[in-house]
Amino acid sequence: MDASRCILTREMETIPNLTDIDIYIQHGGYQTVEKALKMMKPEEVVKAVTDSGLKGRGGAGFPTGRKWSLLANRFPRYLCCNADESEPASFKDRKLLEGNPHRVIEGMILTSYANGINLGYIYIRGEFFQIIEQMDRAFAQAYERGYLGKNILGTGFDLDLYTHPGAGAYICGEETGLIESLEGNRPYPRLKPPYFPAAIGLWQAPTIVNNVETMADVALVVEHGADWFKGFGTEDSTGSRLFGLCGHVKKPGLYELESTITLRSLIYDVGGGVRGDKKLKAVIPGGISAPVLTPDELDVTMEFGEMAKAGTMGGTGGVVVMDETVCMVDALLNISMFARHESCGQCTPCREGMPWINDMLRRIEQGHGRQEDIDLLLDVCFNIEGRTVCVFGQAPGVWPTRSFIVKYLPEFQAHIEQHKCVVLPVEESYLRKENVEMLGVGVFRAKNS
Amino acid sequence: MTLEFSPEARQRAETIIRRYPPQYKKAAVIPLLHLAQEEWGYISAEAMAYVATLIEAPPVKVAEVATFYPMFNKEPIGKYEIQVCHTLPCALTGCGRIVKHLCEKLNIQVGQTTPDRRFTLKKVECLAACDRGPVMLVNKTLYTNLTLEQVDDILNGLE
Repeated sequence: MDASRCILTREMETIPNLTDIDIYIQHGGYQTVEKALKMMKPEEVVKAVTDSGLKGRGGAGFPTGRKWSLLANRFPRYLCCNADESEPASFKDRKLLEGNPHRVIEGMILTSYANGINLGYIYIRGEFFQIIEQMDRAFAQAYERGYLGKNILGTGFDLDLYTHPGAGAYICGEETGLIESLEGNRPYPRLKPPYFPAAIGLWQAPTIVNNVETMADVALVVEHGADWFKGFGTEDSTGSRLFGLCGHVKKPGLYELESTITLRSLIYDVGGGVRGDKKLKAVIPGGISAPVLTPDELDVTMEFGEMAKAGTMGGTGGVVVMDETVCMVDALLNISMFARHESCGQCTPCREGMPWINDMLRRIEQGHGRQEDIDLLLDVCFNIEGRTVCVFGQAPGVWPTRSFIVKYLPEFQAHIEQHKCVVLPVEESYLRKENVEMLGVGVFRAKNS
Repeated sequence: MTLEFSPEARQRAETIIRRYPPQYKKAAVIPLLHLAQEEWGYISAEAMAYVATLIEAPPVKVAEVATFYPMFNKEPIGKYEIQVCHTLPCALTGCGRIVKHLCEKLNIQVGQTTPDRRFTLKKVECLAACDRGPVMLVNKTLYTNLTLEQVDDILNGLE
């Protein structure tokens, strides 16, 4: 990795105590806010972001500038920064908030200024106790220095930003679910249309919902200009991206790279290859919702477009590496447990479908599967997809299930025909029964190291 | 109804409520429930009713929210709440043995509290520290890259 091209993470990795506003300002922090508020018109900020080609980093990859352009022409407007990072295998927002909270705040101030917003929240997962405290401190410091509050830097622009904690629900990452949660309701996603909270959002007002990494990128774009930002990455995926490596990889961690890197290179060159030099079996490339890829499908770049062409998605950039000791039925059982637990329960296909998928997979995993179960699983998937209010019905539910079955069909069939796991003998499987019953999840035969 | 925040918590509650436009006080429900849980350890029906008075909403609106989110305990838990992540990346790095070890050491099952009410053991979905798995939360502190020895040290280090 070329450190000079780590535009998002270089500072937080080389400068100690960057979370303190004085240190941050010493290193040029908040100058961008000052420059933008005093010397740029809001439209110029919007134009810079649109020209930069920045795509939202929350998973869907929607162009940020276009999202902003959809704001209904009425006021007040609100900003929600989405820090409800709960997609398994994603930990980039946590790292950014831990390491460089003021960069995110700068992005939020610039976004608010550009879009005529005077009140915003950062919705942070409830489990991130330490991060919420740190973020509260960071906001307080920004208020003290006059970067937030009334008449910021004497420009007449008012902005209040606050933290808002979640309480352990994955669905709050869906933007309309997040808004419902913030309003004090159950986080049931809203019916579309309107497709964007930019039309009707928080408290029925036009609202921008952007991911943490997107906010940090906005600050970079405004600081250095759209052309500079486009100098990183590719035409399709401008700027750098944060990729998380986890699972059976030698060097798990968060890496800032350009999307030109292939998935294979990410795993072998950056991540050092598979732990224990075992054979690679499967890779989930963009958070566990992304359809799984086999070892033959890794020569694809991490661009959003290329990932889509490969039949999967760039998503949140969280890569899960699984070695040959992993039973794919077991792994899918674990994912389906997550989907079952996190289905919000609003739509029948998802609320009822997830438990069915989970139960059938458990049956297959425990050796009681029936021949027709595979078709039934695909049938349930078909009946969920596109029949729910939000995309989360298919994201952690349908896409993994379908891709695991299609790509690792022999393993599922072998489980059914031989009434047992064919990857590892039961006696070697780690705590199989106890854990399956106790936790309702699989993959416990995976060993430490 | 006799529950009421301590003066200090009351002050914090007011700060929280001021973050939202006055006509949308209801938005403060999650942060206030977190505060209530810090005060009383869990969210009772009385606590829900009390929070409802603070945000000027019917108690059922608070109950709707409190019963949805997994982080709100509906009954008392132990002094230390241990939550082990069991989602795929942590499962791949061996959270199973961590859970088994905790069950044996504390002599309880997942979801239970020790008889001396010191420990409650729970499973939790992804804590977003997947590169450092297996991970667990003990109250508000996150522990990463866990080994069985570290788990022992962590438990021994608690009062």
